[in-house]
Amino acid sequence: MSQDSKHLEITLETQVESVNLAEEMCLRVAEAAGFGEDDCYRIGMSVREGVINAFHYGNEERPEKKIHLALDLTPEKMIIHVVDEGKGFDLNSVPDPLAEENLLSTSGRGIFLMRAFMDEFQVVPGRTGGAEVIMSKKLPLPGDLGTNGTGSQGAAPEKEA
Amino acid sequence: MALRATYREAGGVTVVDMGGRITLGEGSALLRKTIRDLLEEQRTLILLNLADVDYIDSSGIGELVSAYTGVKKRGGSLKLLQLTKKVHDLLQLTKLFTVFEVFSDETTALRSYR
Repeated sequence: MSQDSKHLEITLETQVESVNLAEEMCLRVAEAAGFGEDDCYRIGMSVREGVINAFHYGNEERPEKKIHLALDLTPEKMIIHVVDEGKGFDLNSVPDPLAEENLLSTSGRGIFLMRAFMDEFQVVPGRTGGAEVIMSKKLPLPGDLGTNGTGSQGAAPEKEA
Repeated sequence: MALRATYREAGGVTVVDMGGRITLGEGSALLRKTIRDLLEEQRTLILLNLADVDYIDSSGIGELVSAYTGVKKRGGSLKLLQLTKKVHDLLQLTKLFTVFEVFSDETTALRSYR
């Protein structure tokens, strides 16, 4: 990680409350980084879905397992890592929630939403043996007020102390 | 907006006014319990007013789908009223607009049950 980047890590309990906590933490970082309202919504939702995935599918709601959340803020983008302590999974085996036969499924839309809302998305084997979701969003360009809420004031992250 | 779900009768249809976030945990649980209670009372024509629901995650979407199929299995009908922009966009993105009947006006929605 370069000097122009910031890194933040937190270990979360496998419990429902961790989902809101992770969302709130990432939203604060995203707002401070200059993301507009719409992008903040998309980032917040993606973090929720990543942590829900880790909580429910990865850690199977087992309280002795942890969820590891890390944020990297570079001059170009915000990168989010969500790591569970499960068995890992193959992204190709996840059913398409938009397929006719899956439309009435009550689950299985989390990965679809993360893919839709973030610029980059991948799942790799995590260091703890589970799955690691890595997703990123490009920082808004300076002066980009567009339709994206509050614009990009303060978009450039401060240098690490 | 505070999490809430209250219901009222309107011409044989039960209108559920929900507010807050329908997300993993309390929000999804409240929707599940409300629909379960209504079905126990044999109320199977349900109009879910989401005007004050500003946020739904995948868990909330799953709960909406579960409510829809649960009501349908009982021979009833669950429709949606007054979606906020975020909820509207989310249902469009997930193609659930092709599943749910959605209305912006309560009178028209109530008339559709006749």
